[in-house]
Amino acid sequence: MDDLSLSPHKPIPPGKDQDAILNAVADEITNRGFVVAQADKLFNWARSGSLWPMTFGLACCAVEMIHSAASRYDTDRYGMLFRPSPRQSDVMIVAGTLTNKMAPALRKVYDQMAEPRWVLSMGSCANGGGYYHYSYAVVRGCDRIVPVDVYVPGCPPTAEALIYGLLQLQKKIRRTATIAR
Amino acid sequence: MPSSSKLSLKQAATFDEWKQHFAVALRKSPEDISIFRGEISVQIELEQLLSVLTRLKDETGGGFTQLSDITAVDYPTRTPRFDLIYQLLSVTLNQRIRLIVPIAENAVAPSVTSLFGCANWAEREIWDMFGIFFNDHGDLRRLLTDYGFEGHPLRKDFPLTGTVEVRYDDSERRVVYEPVQLTQEYRDFDYESPWEGAQTSMRQIDPTMITDVNSDDQLTDEGKND
Repeated sequence: MDDLSLSPHKPIPPGKDQDAILNAVADEITNRGFVVAQADKLFNWARSGSLWPMTFGLACCAVEMIHSAASRYDTDRYGMLFRPSPRQSDVMIVAGTLTNKMAPALRKVYDQMAEPRWVLSMGSCANGGGYYHYSYAVVRGCDRIVPVDVYVPGCPPTAEALIYGLLQLQKKIRRTATIAR
Repeated sequence: MPSSSKLSLKQAATFDEWKQHFAVALRKSPEDISIFRGEISVQIELEQLLSVLTRLKDETGGGFTQLSDITAVDYPTRTPRFDLIYQLLSVTLNQRIRLIVPIAENAVAPSVTSLFGCANWAEREIWDMFGIFFNDHGDLRRLLTDYGFEGHPLRKDFPLTGTVEVRYDDSERRVVYEPVQLTQEYRDFDYESPWEGAQTSMRQIDPTMITDVNSDDQLTDEGKND
């Protein structure tokens, strides 16, 4: 199957090319009884297809996060279900202003999440303090507390922007090599 | 059985009449009671606070049974330094009243939690933000700021960015506090302000561009250039 230049990002439309691949897979199964695939791609497909975000709404960004999960944009289409527990979550969306008082709690919740885990920083406040950058009570960016994978700009970012950020995160996950060589 | 004082308060029609009634009810002279845009405020002394609030809450004082808010104002150059402000609402009179209580920096205010339960958190917030101490409060902890926070942020001499900032330390595996270090200082771009605005910027470049010639320092600036 290596000669068929299979790309997971670009689905092959129905036609001659697709038939060739399907026939090759069918031949493999009939002749040998198994198919060889890359474990990395299988893992990444599973992980990016069921990103369960930890609900961590801190300010007005949380409202846009709720919009993205509600019926109009519906992140459930991408297998993203909001979870109320860090133990069940894969990605933490830091939605809003992170204060000094909240910082240890945020870190504690992040530490409770099981590996593999990702963090999406949503909005100006979480990205770098934003409007409250010079405040005595606000953390100047949540990356001072947790490692961030994707930054979504905006004040607040729209629900579309958040979903775009989550799709970027999916792309990032697909690029990672899970098994060390 | 309604008292005569309450009846007369209900019958008050003009603000002058309100003034008279409150002067009688609070045992103050009408000059101590100011009315601005339909809002009644009374300036009282700290020692009078509890007795005045008790009288206002009572039916004869107008039944101001709801304490909407307590706030404070910091006037750093004035003595006494702070104003405590109590906002009250009487549902029966459909009227609001504001008590302004000047208080010194080291003075102790009496807690009004025995009269109004809602004063509990309001007084905690004032203690947190302004550092005004309340006697007989019972649970005067900080309300809003971080655990172990030092200083009172709404005092005018408190630095905007505070003194500490937080960071997760990988080696200690916990969130640590460090002295604040800004990569870029706070900059003010208020071009509308007559003190810090475009005029001031222009003065530094070319004093002849200033339109306002009444100010003394501008005239001396021009003299230096000549």
